[in-house]
Order: sequence, then C-alpha cells, then structure tokens
Amino acid sequence: MAAVYPLIFAALLFSVGVYGLLSRRHAVLVLMSIELMLAAVTVNLVTFWAIAGDALLTGQVFALFVMAIGAAEIGVGLAIIMLIYRNRASVNIDDADLMKY
Amino acid sequence: MSVPEVVMLATGVVGGAAALLVVTSRNVVHSALYLVVALLAVAGVFLVLGAEFVAWAQVLVYVGAVVVLLLFGLMLTRAPIGPTGQGNELGKAMPLAVALAVFAGLVALIVTSYGGEVIALEHVPPAALGEVLYVAWALPFMTLGFLLTLALIGAVVIARREEGEGPLPEPDPDEPEAAEASPPDSSSWPQRQPEPTPDEREVSA
Amino acid sequence: MSSVAWLIPALPAASAVVIVALGRKMPVGGAEIGILSLATAFVLSLVLAVEVFGANVAATTSGVGEAFLHTARVELAPIGAGDSLFAGIRIDGLTVMMFLLVTFVSLMVHVYSLGYLHGDERFTWYYAVLSFFSAAMLLLVVSDNLMLLLVGWELVGVSSFLLIGFWWELKANSDAAIKAFLTTKLGDVGLVVGVVALWGQFGTFDIAAITAMVGDGVQAGGAPLDTGLLSFALIAFVLGVVGKSAQFPLHTWLPDAMAGPTPVSALIHAATMVTAGVFLVARLYPLYSAAPAAQATLAVIGAITLLMAGLLALVQEDIKKVLAYSTVSQLGYMVAALAFSYTAGIFHLFTHGFFKALLFLGAGSIIHAAHSNNLRDMGGLAKVMPTTFATFLVGTLALMAVPPLAGFWSKDEILVEAAAAGGYTGSLVLVVGALGGALTVLYMTRVLYLTFAGSFRGEGHPHESPRSMTGPLVALAVPAALIGLVNLPVEAFQPYAFSAWTMFSLEYWQTHPIAFEPAIAAVAVGLALAGFLAGWALYRALPLGDDDPARRLGPVSTVLAEKYYLDRLWTDLVTRTIVRDTAAPAAVTLNDEVIDRAVAGAGRATVATGRRVYDDVDQRGIDGVLHGLATSTWWSGARLRLSQSGNVQLYAGAMLTGVVVLAIVFAVGEVS
Repeated sequence: MAAVYPLIFAALLFSVGVYGLLSRRHAVLVLMSIELMLAAVTVNLVTFWAIAGDALLTGQVFALFVMAIGAAEIGVGLAIIMLIYRNRASVNIDDADLMKY
Repeated sequence: MSVPEVVMLATGVVGGAAALLVVTSRNVVHSALYLVVALLAVAGVFLVLGAEFVAWAQVLVYVGAVVVLLLFGLMLTRAPIGPTGQGNELGKAMPLAVALAVFAGLVALIVTSYGGEVIALEHVPPAALGEVLYVAWALPFMTLGFLLTLALIGAVVIARREEGEGPLPEPDPDEPEAAEASPPDSSSWPQRQPEPTPDEREVSA
Repeated sequence: MSSVAWLIPALPAASAVVIVALGRKMPVGGAEIGILSLATAFVLSLVLAVEVFGANVAATTSGVGEAFLHTARVELAPIGAGDSLFAGIRIDGLTVMMFLLVTFVSLMVHVYSLGYLHGDERFTWYYAVLSFFSAAMLLLVVSDNLMLLLVGWELVGVSSFLLIGFWWELKANSDAAIKAFLTTKLGDVGLVVGVVALWGQFGTFDIAAITAMVGDGVQAGGAPLDTGLLSFALIAFVLGVVGKSAQFPLHTWLPDAMAGPTPVSALIHAATMVTAGVFLVARLYPLYSAAPAAQATLAVIGAITLLMAGLLALVQEDIKKVLAYSTVSQLGYMVAALAFSYTAGIFHLFTHGFFKALLFLGAGSIIHAAHSNNLRDMGGLAKVMPTTFATFLVGTLALMAVPPLAGFWSKDEILVEAAAAGGYTGSLVLVVGALGGALTVLYMTRVLYLTFAGSFRGEGHPHESPRSMTGPLVALAVPAALIGLVNLPVEAFQPYAFSAWTMFSLEYWQTHPIAFEPAIAAVAVGLALAGFLAGWALYRALPLGDDDPARRLGPVSTVLAEKYYLDRLWTDLVTRTIVRDTAAPAAVTLNDEVIDRAVAGAGRATVATGRRVYDDVDQRGIDGVLHGLATSTWWSGARLRLSQSGNVQLYAGAMLTGVVVLAIVFAVGEVS
C-alpha cells in the first residue's frame, strides 16, 4: 500500500485541527481540535513504524504514549475550563484574555 | 487498487469529512459526536496498518473515555449546548489561510519524501506488542503511569472549589444577561470591565 | 511458625473488610473485630518473636550460623528482562521487631479509641481504616521486595490521609490531610526513582538478592559495583525518607497532621508510619554501609532536623504540636543514628514507638478532660487525673532519657556510636544530639508544668478518663519504662540482647559491639539536668496565667513561633526586603542620580546647541521633525499594542504561521 494515503489523511486531520483551534471560540471545541491534531500525530507515528518496521515497535508504543498524554491533557484542560467557567461564567476562550495589553 | 487501499481511502474520506464537521458544526454536542466518528476512522486506519492493539486502545481511550469526558465538561459548565453561532474575533479567513498553508506544506513534504514509498503490511497481534511494551519499554511505561497520576491530582486540585469561592452563578431564565453577571465574590479573577475601544481612547487622549 | 507469618498482616486486612461489611450491625460498631484481629496478630508476633529471636541468640552465643531469615514468595507477573513481580514475605529480626511494635501499639490504640471516639458518628469507619492502616504497615515491614514495599508505603500514606482528615467537616482538617498527602508524595517521587534506579543497577527488586550482590561487590550481569550509581539510588531513597519520616525540609506536614484524632496521632504519626522511612534505611542498611555519601546525607539531615524541631517544640501552645515536633526531632535522631549504626537507629525506633505512643495517648486523655488542645487551658491536672499523670510522667521521663528508662539507653547508644564514628558527621551528630537532649528535657518540663502543676485554667471540671483509655496508658507505661533494658550495654549480656535479636548478619553483629561510654552518658545526663533546671527556673514560679515563659526568650521565641520564617521567606525577605527595600531604591537612585543627570547633562548640552542653531535653522522645521517623531512613535505604539490582545488563538495562529514560514524557508534552502 502506498505510504502517502495514511500520511495525507494525517495531514488533513492536522490541518482541520489547526483550523478548529484557530476559528472556534468555545473552549471545549478548542480541546476537541487539539485531540484531532494529536490523533493525526498518532497516525503518523504508526505509519512511520509500518514503513520502517523496527523490532521494538517504537511507533506503536509511542502512539500509545501520545494517547495517554492526550488523556492527561484533556483532564487538566477540562479542569482549567471548569475553573474559568466558575470565575467568568463563560467558556468562550476569547473571554479569558486577562493577559491583554 | 488493493483491498487495504480501498478500505484506507474509505476510512480516510469518512474520517476527514467527520473531522471537518467537528470544527464547522454549529452545535457543540454534534461536534463531539462527529469527533467520535473521526476517531473511529483513525482506529480503522490503525487496523489497516496492522497496529491492532493501538486501534482498540484508540477506541477505548478516545471514544470510550475522552469524548465522554468532553460531554461531561459540556454538561457541567452548563455552557450553551445549542448552536453557538458566531466564531471568535479572528473570523474565518485567517484560520483558513493558516490551515491551508499547513496542509499544503505537509502534502508537499509527504509527496516529495514518501511519494514512491510502499508499505509492506504486517499484522502485529496485541500479545507481541505487550511483550515489547512490558519488557523493553517497561520503565517509560511506568513513568507514563506516574504522569497520569500527577495529571489526575493536578486536575482535582485545579478544579477544586476553594474556600470563599462563590457558588455557581445560577442562570436566570427570565434574564438572559444573568449568566454573564459576575459570581458573588470572584475577586481573585475580576470580571472584564467594559472599557473604551482603542479608538475611543485615542480620541479622548 | 514463620510459614504462617503472612497471617499477621492478613488478619487486620480481613478485619478491615469485615468491619466495613458488617461493622454497623455489631454491638460495639465493629471495634471488637478490630481489637480481636490485632490481639491475635500480637500473640502471633510474640510466638514468632520467640522463634526468630531464639534462632538469632543461638547464633550469637555459639558464634556459628547466620542471622535468621525466612522468605517465601509467589509470582505475580513477568516484567521482562528475566525478572518478575513477586508478592513475598521476609521474616527476620527487623521484621519481627516491627511486628511487635506495630501490633502492640495498634492494639492499645484500638482499645483506647473505644473511649476516645465513643459516640462518634463515623465510629465504624474509623475502626475499618485503623485496621486497614495496621495491615498496610505490616505489609510494608514484611515485604521481601522493593515493589511490594512501595505498595505498602503508599497504602499507609492513603490511610494516614483518611485518618488525618477524619473530621473533614472542618476545612482545616481536610486541608491538613491534603497537605500531608501531597508533601509525602513529593518524597515518594524520590522513592520511586530510587527503586527504579536499583532495579536498573541490579536487575531485581528482591532485597535479599540486592543485599547479597552488594556484599559481593557486583551488580547486574556480574559487573563490578558502581558505587556512584548506588549512592544516587540511596540518596533518592533519602528523599522518600525525608517525606515520610518528616525530616527537614519536608517536616511541615507532621505538625499539621495533628488535626486527626489523637489515637491516630499516637499510632500513625508517632509510633509507626513516620518510622517507615527509618525502617526503610534499616532494611537497606547493608547498601547504605557501602555508600558513604548517602550515609553522610542521612547524618546531616538527621542532625538539622533534630535540633530544629527541638527548638520549635519549645514554643508550641498546642500540646499535640509539642509532641509532634518532638517526634520530628526524635526521628531526626534515628535517621542520624542510621548513618553510623544499624542497632542504634532501630533501637531508638523501637523504644520511641512505645513511649511516644504513650505520651500521645496521655495527651489525648488530657485533651479529653480539658476539652482543649491548648496548654494555656490546662494546669493542675495532676490531682484530678492521677493515672494519666503517672503514666504521662513515665513517658516524659523516658523521652527525656532519664536512666534507666527506655529513652536513655537508646539515645545514649546513638551518641556513643556517633562519637565512635568520628569525622565531621560523627562530631556533628554527637554535639547536636547532646544539645537536642537538653532541649528535649526543656520542652517536656514546660509541658509538665503547664499541664499538671498549678491550678486549672480552662473551663468546666476535668475528670479522669474512662477505663478503656487509662488501661492502654498503663499497658504502654510498662514497656516505656522497661524496654530499654533489653539492650543493656553490658558485654556479657549482648549475645542475648536486642542487638542480637534484630541483627541482619552475624558478621555485622560481631564487628559492631554495643558499647557504653560513661563519659558520654555523664555529659548527656548533665545536659539533661541543665535542661531540667532551666525549665524548672523558667516555669516553676511564674504565674501560670496568660504569660508563657517560652515567650520570654525574647526575639528567639518570636523566630521559633514563626517556624524560622520559612513560610515567610518569600513574602518578606525576597519580595519585601530585597526587592522593595534594596533593589527598588537602588534602581531609583540609579535612575535619579546617574541616568537622570547624564540625561539632564546631555539635554542641557543639546539645548545649548539648539539655542545656537535656533537662530540659523527654521524653528518650524526642527520642531516639525521632533513632533513628527514623537507622534509617530506614540501612534505606532498604540497600534502595536493591539497585537497583545490576550487572545490565545491569535497567538497560536501567529505561531503556526511562523512555523509554516520557517518550514518553507528551510525547504527552499534545502532544495537550492
């Protein structure tokens, strides 16, 4: 099978994730977009493992690691969103702009 | 065109379409459900590539846990679950341009570097992955478990209601603005004050 | 007998489950199950002790054979590299000593709590967690490999968390529980690192195997032992010890942990759990003796801790906090002792467990009667609480190291070993330890006077506690007074003594005899006497009203009451003193005096030049240029400011754009 199929799929997922990350204001949607980008990375890792085919299955193991990191990130991210919601009564990401000029 | 390629194309098209719907859907809950489809498609790609265990882990972790967690987050923040309407201050053009540039760059890179590459598909049963994971990767694996514990504790600490923090603001159905009003004593993080736009300030200066 | 030794931790574990399941339906709310299981475990421990100690004594008297060691294990799961995870037990002198201490103190606390927590709404839950803790602690001491030890270590941490926050309705209590949990977890990071590092070095978690390899000077694969790597792992362990055994600088959780019920403080935060760190070092003692760097670390940390905590105990107003800091100080003695001598460290652990548990239970009885933790609300209790007074006095004298009570023998042994070791660390521990002894006497004299002498200053009418509370006090007073005699430093007695019972190898026992130095004992007793006289002079004749003489130490007491300002270090010293009082004025001076003048000078020169040119050049032109510059700077600043919008998505977009641009630049560079 040609290697470009899964790689292009991953690139598509990543770009879509970038678009969502930049264009949506709902914080949970931003988290979802980040999940899409992470999924793209796992696809890449598994594909490169399939191309290289090493004995330690490095790509697959790292895909699992990325998944775990993603889960941790979602947990902490949602906790932060809850905190913002409690303090500002809003989950819009551009309302959390205390760092502005 | 071989069977794996057809399956790969099909899952790719479905996954890509679902991903697009995730970021464009007006309803946040619909986005979460499209995310399920997109992540299942990713799992399908893993299966085609022979990474069986990773595929099932993807289904369990993402579809089973992460999306449920996201839905809980939506529920607990009592955020507008219906259509959210407008995008953010950036508009649509700039994100679209950046995303397209990223996509174009990646595709160009992939085609030039891996254009002729062919994958010899090989199925790795979960047992084989387990043997590698718990032997060669045992210590990184344990470290990862430690990281997850820390993230758990961190999430609890962050989301914990501190003493003196007000109760959740009750959205009043009669007054839509009530949801925007400040909680009783959120002094640690002051509400945004209405402030003059830069232009107004410039005029007054 | 040792083949059924696994029953000793299993019984309290089973009892915890049964109490949760059936406790509410039992006539005494499940307490009887806990007491029964601990009593059985204690009897089993005694039987086991006869066997193990007997075997060790047989070896020391005959001079042949080896220290008693029984291990048994079942495989749980293969973890690769030829190793597996095991659940195994290891029965030797140290394990049995801890068995005796834990089961006895736990039994006493179980009985005592009948009266102390009588009528509490979560009575049954309390007994379930208490039994669970006992099981976890026994698992910790019996495990034959580091992984299982780690499991027990974390389980005692969890039960400690549950019991400190037992009355969680009060925010301070649940905060204290979280603080204790997180602080000890910080130390546990070191423990995990140490376990992993040892596994990396030796390829096994098995303590006996690691000890044997270190004894032979090899590591995994038969390579020669890398002492640096070993020291790294052992110092990482020290971090775990610092967390669990409340050593400087992670000691802050222990005084806060006094928020829990007093019997819990007696069991967990005085006698058993906090000694887990000391136990760990003792368990790995053969390793530590191969790593002098790690031993020096122990000595320094222990010395700092024992002196610092002893001083802090002097100004506490809460009777439990005095005892808590005293515990921290005594743990410092143990940690420092283990830098020089196996027997001295664990002997102090053993005796301290009894008399400090007694003191805490006595304090609980006092608090029960006076309805206050505060020393100011006490006084004159000797008359109304004779049993509590007598037993508390025994515990105090033992802690003060008055001969021939328990504390004297163990503390003297530490000083003798430190003197024998010599060098910087030995001298440090000797001097600090002797001073700490005087401090101990001083703060305990203060507690005695404020609690029992004079007249009652609190409200209500105090009365003696019920039988279920005084009974354990009496039962603990006996070992607190006499247990020191099991290790009398007499040469002829040594083959039958504590040092022989708990030895880990015959060779070590033979080469490290227990000695007695009359000079050191005399100095220690003299210092203790001086401490007592100072306490007597300070606290005897003063009006026992609001005026606590500890406050009369002047600025010293202020420093102590503020816990050495460690908490305020950042807020006061760094932000206020350095930034506000030093750096900021310096910056102002620099600004006013140097830069301003330079600028002013330059300005004057410019003005002079300007005046000269003024006549020749069209004023409007210059003016226009200057105004234009100023205005354009201001204008562009106002525009540029907008880029700092606080909108993270804009930042992310800018970052990604930058990445794309950079990628294109590099790609073009690569191609061309």
